[in-house]
Amino acid sequence: MVGHVDGNVLAGPLSELFQFDVTTASARCVSCGDVATLACAMVYVEPASLIVRCRNCDDVLMVIVQEPDLTCIELRGMAWLQVPR
Amino acid sequence: MGIISRGFSGRSREHNPDLPPGQYLTEDFPVLSAGPTPNIDTADWEFSIRTEFGAVHSWSWDRLHELPIDDIDTDIHCVTRWSKFGTSWRGVSLDTLFADVDTSDEYVMAHSYGGYTTNVPLADLLDGKAWIAFEFDGEQLDPEHGGPARLLIPHLYFWKSAKWIRGLVMMDDDEPGFWEQNGYHTYGDPWLEQRYS
Amino acid sequence: MTDGIKPNVWKVGIVAETRTETASGRSILLDVPGWGGNIAGQHADVRLTAADGYTATRSYSVASAGPGDRVQLAVDRLPTGEVSPYLVDDLIVGDQLEIRGPLGGWFVWKPEIDGAEQTGPVQLIGGGSGIVPLVAMIRSHTASGSTAPFRLLYSVRTPDDAFFRTELTEPSRGLDVTWAYTRRAPDGWPRPAGRVTTADLEADAFPASLSPAVFVCGPTGFVETVANALVELGHDPSRIKTERFGGQ
Ligand SMILES: Cc1cc2nc3c(=O)[nH]c(=O)nc-3n(C[C@H](O)[C@H](O)[C@H](O)COP(=O)(O)OP(=O)(O)OC[C@H]3O[C@@H](n4cnc5c(N)ncnc54)[C@H](O)[C@@H]3O)c2cc1C
Ligand SMILES: [Zn+2]
Repeated sequence: MVGHVDGNVLAGPLSELFQFDVTTASARCVSCGDVATLACAMVYVEPASLIVRCRNCDDVLMVIVQEPDLTCIELRGMAWLQVPR
Repeated sequence: MGIISRGFSGRSREHNPDLPPGQYLTEDFPVLSAGPTPNIDTADWEFSIRTEFGAVHSWSWDRLHELPIDDIDTDIHCVTRWSKFGTSWRGVSLDTLFADVDTSDEYVMAHSYGGYTTNVPLADLLDGKAWIAFEFDGEQLDPEHGGPARLLIPHLYFWKSAKWIRGLVMMDDDEPGFWEQNGYHTYGDPWLEQRYS
Repeated sequence: MTDGIKPNVWKVGIVAETRTETASGRSILLDVPGWGGNIAGQHADVRLTAADGYTATRSYSVASAGPGDRVQLAVDRLPTGEVSPYLVDDLIVGDQLEIRGPLGGWFVWKPEIDGAEQTGPVQLIGGGSGIVPLVAMIRSHTASGSTAPFRLLYSVRTPDDAFFRTELTEPSRGLDVTWAYTRRAPDGWPRPAGRVTTADLEADAFPASLSPAVFVCGPTGFVETVANALVELGHDPSRIKTERFGGQ
């Protein structure tokens, strides 16, 4: 798909890993320190992976690779993730 | 397996001996975008090879064009399952670029403008198997397809053909690049369906 | 949502009805046992499986809102697409597909939050099929008898490209609809055909001084242009929620 979509699209894939709706959690970007709701991040969708980028500096926040029998998620671009209780 | 959707076949996956397993043939050139497309002015562009001894061999856009240029006619295979036959490219062979490079390392990390990396064994770059390509289909390579120049290693899945190539760094061990750290196969042979590790 | 609803589980949806909306799009009504209702603005993931096991998954906003297991989607056909032509042209009543949801708690509008009625103004801005989650918000607004003032700016290529046209041509009380045609406007239409501009937003949307909640949805390029123009007009970026559908 050309062009990115919003972090909202992560709700389904991440529901396989988390009990709560992670798209309403906020995350801090390691590169630029921007804090934003995950729903506001930019997501590049490819057939087997989702690349989540900071809305402010474009750096990678998270990568989700969906393989036939497992989902792998890489979170190095986030300093933290904060979930409303 | 989930329930089958009546009449849904997805993009056709045909049987063709030139098509690696699990691939479908496409006429167009799909753009995969893992991020924004970097815009690199050829005046600022530079390509370099760095060895374990700290030696750096580098080429400006003009110097690269003074080297012998190959016409390459090849099939390409993307891990996202499309293949395209008979694509035509122009570029400089890595045999030419490695001619004066002294190294005993066997692995290479390719670095791109925009920050991507991918790992490749040196042997897969030599003997007429790989190029720094800057023309596609008779035109300057489009930025969305990796221009001004990309690595072209047609015998591996296409993510190894790093877009917006900036340099190669020799490594003594096979370390994973950006995609490989995220579960993509370390080598990526389409004929063996080495998609994921 | 009640206990026992599991948005993360793939459920089976059975096509109950299809309705032609435009030359390239239609809505699909599904019966999804276990769906359990959704908030306006949420989406679902739809998964199709071919006979050889190949699967394709896409996200679709939900046009329906409120309780129940009946879900309405509306899909626009991208001629070169893998999934949308199947949904628009091939699916028939009685067919089954897999659906996961309701999903997403961000791009949503609720008539009340923690028992307090939401009375603040709401500006909806949709392009093409981007109307889908906005229609859910309009329906939720009507069904709840909400007094929050609602405005919709709907951008479509031509009058024939509007989804939910009848519903939006005779809007319910408390909703103002402005149409912006990008290719061909009806005869005598005051606004010439063309893309939505900052001037359109200034003329037809709630002004920044009222701090409306703004929801923008449609193709990525459309959402980007509109969101930038809104910020230029002084809207607080944190009041603007976006749902990009992809594409240029
Ligand atoms: C949260 C969310 C909600 C969505 N809700 C809806 C909805 O309610 N109704 C609806 O019709 N669609 C919706 N979409 C878009 C939908 O998910 C698919 O992307 C769309 O149906 C195309 O899928 P496809 O398999 O047919 O095309 P693909 O095979 O994925 O793509 C085919 C070609 O079309 C291009 N393309 C992909 N998406 C778009 C686009 N949106 N506009 C223009 N070109 C595009 C691609 O670059 C590609 O070249 C939504 C997307 C998201 C992320
Ligand atoms: Zn950042």
